[in-house]
Amino acid sequence: METTEHRIRIVVNGDAYERTVPGRLLLSDFLRHELRLTGTHVGCEHGVCGACTILVDGAPARSCLMLAVQADGRAVTTVESLAPSETELSPLQAAFRKHHGLQCGFCTPGFLVTATAYLRDVEEVPSRREIAEALSGNICRCTGYTGIVDAVEEIAATARESVAAQGETHAV
Amino acid sequence: MKPAPFVYHRPSSLGEAIALLERYDGEAKVLAGGQSLMPVVNMRLARPAALIDLEGVPDLAGIRVDGDRVVFGAMTRHARVERAPEVRAHLPILAHAMSYVGHLAIRSRGTIGGSLAHADPAAELPALAALLDGRFTLRGVNGERTLGWSDFFLSYLTTALEPAEILTSISFAIPPPRTRWSFREIARRHGDYALVGIGALMRFASSGALEDARIALFGVGPTPVRLHEAERALRGQRPDGAAFASIAAEAVRLLEPDSDVHASAAYRRDVARTLIARVLAETTAHAA
Repeated sequence: METTEHRIRIVVNGDAYERTVPGRLLLSDFLRHELRLTGTHVGCEHGVCGACTILVDGAPARSCLMLAVQADGRAVTTVESLAPSETELSPLQAAFRKHHGLQCGFCTPGFLVTATAYLRDVEEVPSRREIAEALSGNICRCTGYTGIVDAVEEIAATARESVAAQGETHAV
Repeated sequence: MKPAPFVYHRPSSLGEAIALLERYDGEAKVLAGGQSLMPVVNMRLARPAALIDLEGVPDLAGIRVDGDRVVFGAMTRHARVERAPEVRAHLPILAHAMSYVGHLAIRSRGTIGGSLAHADPAAELPALAALLDGRFTLRGVNGERTLGWSDFFLSYLTTALEPAEILTSISFAIPPPRTRWSFREIARRHGDYALVGIGALMRFASSGALEDARIALFGVGPTPVRLHEAERALRGQRPDGAAFASIAAEAVRLLEPDSDVHASAAYRRDVARTLIARVLAETTAHAA
């Protein structure tokens, strides 16, 4: 069968790349095999499990349901962008570790990216139920989800506290 | 799994997209948000020779109010529909129902046109189109035509779209003032395809009697189902729990749901009956 190749320009975690890709190459496979960013995991390849979730122009998206060629001209954010350095964890990652929000770690990148977008966009401190619904597109087989919700809940609360504290400081 | 080989096209005009579909003579698939197509292609349940990506076609996305209707460009993402002030103001049942369409990540990419053209019997949007008098504008080599929802949805995953036709926009009727609404869905996991779902619009006269009722079910047949007999039975009635229960039981007798791996026909009937009675009672809670 006939196939095509396409030249794409893509920014991933702030770095610009230019590559030639087959039309049918999935974005998940492009990130993992072409750019060696293997933090994004591939679970079901039909959009159900959420392990492949990345941000495309800031919005969470299933990288297994996008073609690499569709990401031409776009900015992609993957789990590798979360930690401030090789030796430090982001507050969200530290919270996952503290609350046992991961065991095998396979689903974790998808949860971290989904939670990052959610915590960025949520307007008020969410209830546990709201957090669970926001994360309902990510499946975990190990943890039973409680630790994951605990971690996101902690960050949601502390983010509000630090914003409130800044407000008080400025008022003084 | 990975898709079988195909040619990827990204036309920059609607005319070009239609010409490509015509050239491929049924062997090409339109790519909108990809949230329904890519799973099928990844699992090789379909092996189209080409994908025609509509992302580069201008003027296919957008939301506008046109008289007593809200018009959606087919490429409008679910996330935008969910948050749009026009939808919250004029179609609150739709704004609410959007939170059941897949998950956050699905709604970033999935489109209203893609979901409707896919016509999954367990999806929310086809049922909302049935409830809100949806009209579908299609464009092909022979020009443009507009279909009502009952002419558009033919069967499982089957619409009136010809192989070289593209769904360009969809309009929903704005319910009149004082219309109350309710929307419910039963699914294993929030965001999954529904086992059974229901939407209802009810308008009450100042006397308390029902002036008009519309009820649509999804997950109970190959296409969305409007409960026309129940709607007729309800008109002129005063809300009453016993009446709702008997109307629900009668409506369910006329349904012919399928059994599948997710739920049996008997279970779907049972859930439908409960949801109908519940939703009729609950329409006192919301105003459209």
